[in-house]
Order: sequence, then C-alpha cells, then structure tokens
Amino acid sequence: MSTAFDHPTYNYRVVRAFTIMTVVWGVVGMAIGVLIASQLVWPDLLANIPYLHFGRLRPLHTNAVIFGFGGSALFATSYYVVQRTTQARLFSDVLSGFTFWGWQIIIVAAAITLPLGYTQTKEYAELEWPIDILITLVWVAYAINFFGTVAKRKMKHIYVANWFYGAFIITVAVLHIGNSAVVPVSTFKSYSVYSGAADAMVQWWYGHNAVGFFLTAGFLGMMYYFVPKQAGRPVFSYRLSIVHFWALISLYIWAGPHHLHYTALPNWTQSLGMVMSLILLAPSWGGMINGVMTLSGAWHKLRHDPILRFLVVSLSFYGMSTFEGPMMSIKTVNALSHYTDWTVGHVHAGALGWVAMVSIGAVYHLLPAVLGFKPGAMYSTRLINVHFWLATIGTVLYIASMWVNGIMQGLMWRAFNDDGSLTYTFVESVDASYPGWFVRVLGGAIFLLGMLLMSYNSYMTVRSAKGKEAESFQADTQVA
Amino acid sequence: MNELSSFWSGWIIVISLGSILGSFLLLSIVRKGQRFNSETTQTVGHEFDGIEEYDNPLPRWWYWMFVLTVVFALGYLALYPGLGNFKGLLGWSQETAYEREVAKAEAEFGPMFAQFSQTPIEELAQNDQAMRIGQRLFANNCAQCHGSAATGSYGFPNLTDNDWLYGGDAAAISQTILKGRVAAMPAWGPMLGEEGVHNVSQYVLSLSGSATDAQAAEQGQALYNTNCLACHGAEGKGNHLFGAPNLTDNIWLYGGSAQQVMQTVRNGRNGQMPAWEGILGKDKAHVVAGYVYSLSNQ
Repeated sequence: MSTAFDHPTYNYRVVRAFTIMTVVWGVVGMAIGVLIASQLVWPDLLANIPYLHFGRLRPLHTNAVIFGFGGSALFATSYYVVQRTTQARLFSDVLSGFTFWGWQIIIVAAAITLPLGYTQTKEYAELEWPIDILITLVWVAYAINFFGTVAKRKMKHIYVANWFYGAFIITVAVLHIGNSAVVPVSTFKSYSVYSGAADAMVQWWYGHNAVGFFLTAGFLGMMYYFVPKQAGRPVFSYRLSIVHFWALISLYIWAGPHHLHYTALPNWTQSLGMVMSLILLAPSWGGMINGVMTLSGAWHKLRHDPILRFLVVSLSFYGMSTFEGPMMSIKTVNALSHYTDWTVGHVHAGALGWVAMVSIGAVYHLLPAVLGFKPGAMYSTRLINVHFWLATIGTVLYIASMWVNGIMQGLMWRAFNDDGSLTYTFVESVDASYPGWFVRVLGGAIFLLGMLLMSYNSYMTVRSAKGKEAESFQADTQVA
Repeated sequence: MNELSSFWSGWIIVISLGSILGSFLLLSIVRKGQRFNSETTQTVGHEFDGIEEYDNPLPRWWYWMFVLTVVFALGYLALYPGLGNFKGLLGWSQETAYEREVAKAEAEFGPMFAQFSQTPIEELAQNDQAMRIGQRLFANNCAQCHGSAATGSYGFPNLTDNDWLYGGDAAAISQTILKGRVAAMPAWGPMLGEEGVHNVSQYVLSLSGSATDAQAAEQGQALYNTNCLACHGAEGKGNHLFGAPNLTDNIWLYGGSAQQVMQTVRNGRNGQMPAWEGILGKDKAHVVAGYVYSLSNQ
C-alpha cells in the first residue's frame, strides 16, 4: 500500500491494514454464517463433503466473526484510539507489524484446521495448541505495544476508552492461557488439563468472559472514542464511567456458571453465577447511558449522519442484550431458554446489533481518517445509509425468529400430557423450527448484503485515496 | 455431596461478598462525591483528541436499579446455596428439587403404571389408553434408534416385521427392554481368510436366493457347516437364544449386498440394545413392551 498518506506522528499503516481486514473477515465470517444457517434449513446442502459439514463450519463461523472480524476491529480501533488520545506514536512499529501478520496467520490457520477437523472442542477456543501458542505470543506483543503507548502519553490522565481496551487486553490474556492449558499428544491433538465439571467451569469462565471482555469491554472502548467523536459532543458523565468500568470488570468475571445451570456444577457456583449476572445489569447499562446521553443536544445529527445512526443503534442493541442476558441467567428463566434458539438469538442481538454495528460505525469513521480524508468521509454516504437499514432489518429478523423458535422449543420440550408422558418428541420440535430457521437465513443474508456494500464502499474509498498527499490531513491532526 | 474445606468455603464467601460490597462501596463513594445534583455542562477538565467529559451526576434511576440488584443478590444468597458451604435458609438444592418433582410425578402417575404392570403384556396391547402412553414413551426413548414408526434403520432392527433376533413373545420383548442385549457375531476374517469370507458370504446369500457366484456358494457351505451352524442353525434359520439372525428371510440388519455381508462375516458385529430398567423403571418398561408387542400382533 502507498505510504503517501501516512501520518507524520502516528502509525496509521497498521490501523489501515487491520481496518481493511475487519471488512474482509466480516464478509467471510458472515458468509459462512449464512451458509450454516442454510444447512439447518436444507440439511443436505453440502452434507456429503466432510470439510464443509455444519459441525466443522460452525466453529469456523464463530472464529472468523469473533476473532477475524471483531478482533481486527479491536486491533484497528485500539491502535488508532490509543495514539490519538495519548498523542503518542505506537510503542513499536515492529510489534505492530508482528501483531498484524501474527493475527492474520492465526485466522487463516483457523480457516484451514477447523474444516480439517482439528479442534479442542471448547466453544470459542477450538483452535489446537500450536495456534494457541501463536495467539499467546501475538497477545503479549499487543499488550506491550498498547501499554507501552499509554506509558508514553503526553498528559497525566488516561482516557476512559483506554481503560476498557486495557482491561480487555489483560483479561483476554488470562482467560486464553487459563482455558487453553492442555497436554499435547501430537502436532494437532491435545487434552485439557482439567476434567469433568471443573473443565466445563473453566471453559465457561473463559466463554462468558470472551463475551464480557472481548465482545463487551473492548467494544465499549471503541464506543467511548467514536461516539463522542462522531457526535462532536463531550461524554455524558465521567463519574458514571468510573463506576460502571470498575463494577463491570470486577463482576463480569463471575458470570460464567450461568451457562451451566442445572448441571453437575455445584449449587453454590450456579447461584453465584446467577446473582453476579443480575448485578451486572446496572454496570452494563452505565455504558449505554454514557453513550446515548452523549448525544443529548445533538439528536438532530442523526437525521443526516448514518455513521452516528450505526453507533446509536448499536448502543440500543447493547442495552437490550445486556438486559436480556441477566434475565436469562435467572435459573427459572434459564430452565426454559437453555439449549434453545433463544440463546442463539441473544448472542446475535449482541453480535450483530452491538458488536458488528459499533464496529461498522467505527470503521466508517476511521477508514477515511487513516487514508488522509476527513473522518467519516467515505466514498458514498448514501451507501452507508442503505447499509444501516440492511443491518438493522437483518438483525431484527434474526433476533425475532430466534425468540419465537426458542420459546416455542422450550415450551414444547416441557409440555406434559395428563397421563404424565411428554406431549412432543424432540424431532417434532425440530420440525416446528423450520420456518424460524428460514427467516434467520433471510435476516443473515440481508445483513451480509450490507457488508458487501461496505466492502464496495471501502474499496472505492481506498482507491480514491491512492496517490493522495498527506498534507490535507495534517492540519486536522495538529489540533490534537 | 462433597463439602468444601473451611478454607475454600471462607475464601469463596470473602471474595464473592467482597466483589458485591466493593462495587456497592464504589457506587456510594462516587455518588457522595458528586459536585452537581442535576445535569450540568461543567466538564472534569481533561481533553483527549478533542473529547471532553461532563461531570454529570449518576442518573438517579440507574443508581436505584444498581442498589436493587445488590439487595436482591444478598437476599438470594441468604436464602439459596451460594456462599461456600452455607446451604441457604431455604435448604434448597437442585438435587432435592429434582427428587421432589419426580416424587410428585410418581405419586400422581405411579398408581396408573402400577396397575398397567398387573396386566399381562398381550392384554395390555389391547388397552387403548396404555398404548397411547406406550407410543409416547417409545417416541421419546426408543425412536432415536428404531425410528418414529419403529421401522428401524441400518444397524437398528425393524420392530414391525415380526422378525425377531431374541424372540417376539411377550417375555422375550420384556427381557430385551429391561436388560438390554449385546450381540456377539465374531470376526471371521482372520480365521477364514479373504477367500473363505467370500465363499461363506455367497453361501449365506444363497439361502435367500441372492448369491451371485454359485460355485463360491457351494464351496462356502462346508465352511458354514463347521463355523456358523452352531449359532445360525443347519438351515440358517437362526437362534433366539444367541440372538443369531435368520439368514433365509432376506431381512438384513447390516445390509444384504455381497459387500455388506462380507463385511459382517469378516469383521463381526456387536450391536447393543441398552438396558432400560434403570431409566424407565419396570412399570413403564412394561407399557413399552406392550406397545412393541402390539406393533406385530394387531
């Protein structure tokens, strides 16, 4: 890529690379999502090719969207935000490059090994031990690079976005190392060092905090920069930031057991997981309030700024799923919702509505910025607007169909006849789920279509930046 | 149930209450220190890349929501198990809750099933109410292998064709369901060699008129008589005592192509029917036996 529009002070090269890969992995990961959703509606679709079986593609989908798309978005935005809010260049260009290439190799390795059937069989931690070691190396480099930059900052205080990015980086390191502890037996086979209920607990301690720190804390960091920036307004409340940050990171780590209600996990563990999840409601909503209230006095901007609309709607979905989550962690609710499509719907309310939308908004803001244009000045604003509506409609269709399916499945599984026998067999509940699964394919496809528009828009923006001189943007950054 | 050691129990209590109360303490301190009680345009004075932060107070409704969840949590931990070895004031556990529900269902439905168990299986098969229940029990417990219509599939016997591996009278069906079955067709490959496997398979196929190599079948007969006859019988009609299938009726559990029959002879088969006595209990298994019996004895 041309370096003509490189920033004199900041390392934008790595930000640019991660931003583009965010779009690429977004399209790839979501396309696989639509494919596996289709396999549930048409089970014979590619069923005879073992590499493309649902069971192997599903982890590929989750890895590609969480680590490929979400991970690249977090690297891109954290590297951008930490530089701009500390007024310091990234700690090391070498480490920056290493994290970029290392991370891309990890995702490519996932795309090769998962279809081949290599897996540790732990959800969101499927990758086998050699890849896990590479993840650890990249993550340590990331931590050094990020905190090294924070240490170089030109002011006394650390901006709240960096608190969240920092917590995300530290905790994900702890979680990844803790849960990936295995005994290797061959190049691509290993066994967990934990066993039984303890193994399950460690897995969901990791699994829920992958949600809590990777998909929540990290993206809150993103939110805290791009919302006030795009709205041009001060953050609503510094006090609220303090309380909700510390409460969020100290309570989230407890919530894992709610994934294991009514199992061999001891009663006390389940109860603690449940009450901590409930207390999490307020700290989670603190972030939503701080984001949404930042717009007070700037609501009119929503009318003609689709980027801001992405950011605000993402906060609404964040608020909705962080209300839904604590409710689902209540044991009596969980007895109905667990193992049903409701869980899948809940995850996607967060994944599509919150994580994807806030990332999309952030990318639309920063991609032009790192190409030397004004922030948010993409090739086509109209296409961003169309993307916004496709993403919103797609998400709503997805969530609504999974709610209907999930509650229906839960009710069917627990229905008794007056002679004490079960009213429905399992397969009848599968049969009844087809219409909802079809609507999910539709919702997912609409969301994916929006991502394709985004790739076109990004491509055209990058193309128009070719050969552009750096000066035009320097004036803007000197202010900071 | 295993008790935690008092150290770990104490550790759990301290860090869990510490996390909850610590968060609450932080909330209270920050709220106490508020400089403004209503919305303000005063900032805290920092500025990062043009972003400032207002010094707005914590929203009142949000504060009370936070307090409410903390109160709920503490109340819940007082009533239910959560704080280490402390069992909670209600003495609730998922194990006792489960046992209570099962006991309730037993009290409600047990007498009905006990009554069914007094009825001989042949007679039960004529009882419409029992058969409706039997069908549902079958659909939820047996259909995974034998199919919703009980017609079986590869490796899982069809229960509607009146062809039985271990016998189709009421006592045999009941025994199969309660105790399960483990089939033991040995692997003959190492003993007979590949040519022997081919020949004996052709002979087996000839019993139902599907041999393709008459000469091999003829040579296979001698091998059959020395090795297979003990279980499958001189005429190949099988033996319920060993669960040895009838080889003359053209019904194949593992497929009837020459390839598949050779595979069976070469490597053996060890189909397993689980024992349901411990899962369903005797009385319900009795109703299922009646249902299975009814499928081929209308």
